[in-house]
Amino acid sequence: LAPWIPVVGLEIHAQISSNSKLFSGSQVQFAAPPNSLVSFFDASLPGTLPVLNRRCVEAAVMTGLALNCSINKKSLFDRKHYFYADLPAGYQITQQRVPIAVNGSLSYSLCIDNKMSQMVTKTVRIKQIQLEQDSGKSLHDDTRCQTLVDLNRAGVGLMEVVMEPDMCCGEEAAAAVRELQLILQTLGSSQAVMAEGQLRVDANISVHHPGEPYGVRTEVKNINSIRFLAKAVDYEIQRQIEELENGGTILNETRAFDSKLGCTVPMRDKEGKQDYRFMPEPNLPPLILYDAKSLPANMNHQQVINIDWIHERLPDLPSVKREKLVEQYGILPEHSFTLLNEDGLAEFFESVVKQTQMKPKKVIGWILNDLLSYLKQHSLTVKESPVSSFLLADLLNLLEKKEISSTAAKQVLAELWKGEGKTPLEIVKEQKLELLQDQKKLEQICQAVIDGHENEVIMMVLG
Amino acid sequence: AALKDGVRSQVSAALKEGRVTPTELCQRCLALIKSTKFLNAYITVAEETALKQAEESEERYKRGQPLGILDGIPIAVKDNFNTAGIETTCASNMLKGYISPYNATVVQKLLNHGAVLLGKTNLDEFAMGSGSTDGVFGPVRNPWSYSKQYKEKSVPKPHSEGQESDWVITGGSSGGSAAAVSSFTCFAALGSDTGGSTRNPAAHCGVVGLKPTYGLISRHGLIPLVNSMDVPGILTRCVDDAAVLLGSLAGHDPKDSTTIQDDFEPFELPNLTDVSKLSIGIPKEYHAPGLSSEILALWSKAADLFKNAGAKVVEVSLPHTRYSIVCYHVLCTAEVASNMARFDGLEYGHRSDMKDSTESMYAATRREGFNDVVRGRILSGNYFLLKQNYEKYFVKAQKVRRLIANDFVKVFRSGVDILLTPTTLSDAAPYTEFIQEDNRTRSAQDDILTQAANMAGLPAINVPTALSERGLPVGLQFIGRSFQEKQLLTVAKWFEKQVQFPVIQLEDVKRHDSDVFQHQKSASFS
Repeated sequence: LAPWIPVVGLEIHAQISSNSKLFSGSQVQFAAPPNSLVSFFDASLPGTLPVLNRRCVEAAVMTGLALNCSINKKSLFDRKHYFYADLPAGYQITQQRVPIAVNGSLSYSLCIDNKMSQMVTKTVRIKQIQLEQDSGKSLHDDTRCQTLVDLNRAGVGLMEVVMEPDMCCGEEAAAAVRELQLILQTLGSSQAVMAEGQLRVDANISVHHPGEPYGVRTEVKNINSIRFLAKAVDYEIQRQIEELENGGTILNETRAFDSKLGCTVPMRDKEGKQDYRFMPEPNLPPLILYDAKSLPANMNHQQVINIDWIHERLPDLPSVKREKLVEQYGILPEHSFTLLNEDGLAEFFESVVKQTQMKPKKVIGWILNDLLSYLKQHSLTVKESPVSSFLLADLLNLLEKKEISSTAAKQVLAELWKGEGKTPLEIVKEQKLELLQDQKKLEQICQAVIDGHENEVIMMVLG
Repeated sequence: AALKDGVRSQVSAALKEGRVTPTELCQRCLALIKSTKFLNAYITVAEETALKQAEESEERYKRGQPLGILDGIPIAVKDNFNTAGIETTCASNMLKGYISPYNATVVQKLLNHGAVLLGKTNLDEFAMGSGSTDGVFGPVRNPWSYSKQYKEKSVPKPHSEGQESDWVITGGSSGGSAAAVSSFTCFAALGSDTGGSTRNPAAHCGVVGLKPTYGLISRHGLIPLVNSMDVPGILTRCVDDAAVLLGSLAGHDPKDSTTIQDDFEPFELPNLTDVSKLSIGIPKEYHAPGLSSEILALWSKAADLFKNAGAKVVEVSLPHTRYSIVCYHVLCTAEVASNMARFDGLEYGHRSDMKDSTESMYAATRREGFNDVVRGRILSGNYFLLKQNYEKYFVKAQKVRRLIANDFVKVFRSGVDILLTPTTLSDAAPYTEFIQEDNRTRSAQDDILTQAANMAGLPAINVPTALSERGLPVGLQFIGRSFQEKQLLTVAKWFEKQVQFPVIQLEDVKRHDSDVFQHQKSASFS
């Protein structure tokens, strides 16, 4: 049997973290009462016009720069038409002809095996980033044969990040998305929490034999977590391979991931190919961005965006942060990944290191093995940890000064998790876990034990 | 003060000096609206709110603190502008009963200047048409149909037919606004202009109709026909008053991203005496097929007028004029198809009782809510926007539009200051004759002289010039450079003074409102 090459591309919609929507002044907020964050423009009242939100443009520029894109100094807005209850105007304003950023790349890392001991770096090309409106939400009430429409989300700013089909499996897709998520969160351009719908991923998947052209691709939607993304991609690859090996064909269709069944199913309401009748958005002039060279002297600074200014103020991206952690603390690259993967963990680690004499290379073990596994067991975030960095540092200092053994330290830590407010020293005293360093005292104790077990000593001496 | 007086020239002073009060003006206008109901110029009369606004204005005058020239002046607004608390219908079933929650920027500005909003005027449905005959509230009648001037010239009909069948159209689509101004029920009115919708009815109704430069006046709150060509239009009885309205409306609006950022300085029009430094261009392509010999002669006479006064009058060419109708057809219908997509019955407006599915509800709502004209344009527009057609039609039309706009750029660059053209091909047609052809045919015919200015975004104005042989108004059009409204209006004002267009003599109306013709003088301003 000839081998199959799976090809995976991704379209990711990230909700922009901003106070108001992309083209109107209504607020952006998760889980607000239905239809309480809807301006006249969002409701498509006749005569209303879009006004571009500056913050959203800055978020897109930041993201484009972080993904090594070329920022288009002139980009355009278009209307994409289709009828749906959650799209009040009958069209979405997007950037189809000339998006704000193009031709970037994202580097991400994978473990070769499951033990996280060998990491390999991969790159996926970013085709483009475009600004567009989010739609509202519709809930189908089948019992009453009605559809309930909530327009709170209608008009919220989105960045659509298109990743070229450079990935080959669920693991790669998941790792790429995870890295993008971290970047967005670091930039602050999106909070990128998938559970709150701030990051939505659609996967485009096809398979082909080496040397042959790409196969027909399917689009998989309705993926609600990074874990499900990996599952959905792998399932679909498998499904396509089986279908083709059994002599079937792949339809160019949209499928939904059913997380309960762990499989992809055809989506009913996307019948055939839609013609979106793209047209330029006549109410928005071309979006012009400047850099230090092209910025005209007498421009009102409120009215312009300077790409170079934004570039200078970009924070350290995750990849840079990891490098710095490895360099500064001598920890392994894999460690730096785990540190950044958990919200607040890197800061916690650095805080402990500052407060203890123990070497970072030793501290890391306590952070990654003991602290993290405890948090995971109890589904807690770093912020919710009952053991603060101060307490942990305190404990590690006792260990470092050889006042307790490492076994004892683990015992103290177990006690600290209870969060009863005791200090490590108090627990050590309570449970009499002090390490005895005094030679004479140790001899006395040993002598006492020997004295107390005469019979056993005789048996030992006799062999 | 008389209802026929100019705002700037007479009424403003009369109000300041207390010779007339805002309440009196308002009441007289409202009474006249009632007695001219047969014109069908108004869809909604906002009597209560108007009187309240008039009272508030009166208080301000009493305190000696009027908000400006427009304080207390009754005005009317075309029913495609949003007016908070007052029904906005666009003369369509789709928006019957729709009470807008906000004011269009231009409406708000007028109210901020103290103007009294009398009501919403009639139009072709969604501003699609050139006759103001295709709205759900019925056609608008041209006040000149009832004028002494027209009746004197018309062939007496057998008694059974009577006058009823003789009435002529206002032109469109801002026919209600033009008729309202023409019949003295208001001092000024807002229209809209996408292909000539303010200038065309202005010409047929014998009033001044100004189309400002695209981007000068905010479109926020104007229910759009073609976003890239629409402008709010100004209808008044004299050029000075158009300048007053312009002064209160122009300027950047943060809510409309297509308005220019530059500061706008309202201006008073100088009394031009010396036109020798002017260069007037006569575009030969505007001698269009179907242009009546009458209007051709009038146009020629006007050109001579300028020449004899010392201006330089030259023939120019705008070679792509003949493509503008088809170009407009493609771009207009495409934008219409897009703009009308929001009317689905869900959020506001008419919703059909059809409940089988969302799609069937959409289809029924839109069939019930839109007339044939609107539906026809939506279908055409969607056709042109299909992926396989987009390059061939839409993009091509955009390119042709660029060529049309460049024609004007070249001519203005060659030293011409203003272009002089006819506004319409003939005087107003009788209604019965007009409806013999369909809306699309009529629009294509009637828009030819006005539409290119919308393509190029240029300012243009109709100035009533003379009466035709049938006793109906004929106007001529001046087209100016972008954002050079001051020059355009200055020249228009000079021309207005030269031609001394007669005041309409409405006999039936006279019986109802003796004040209207208090000062039965000619229209010249001293």
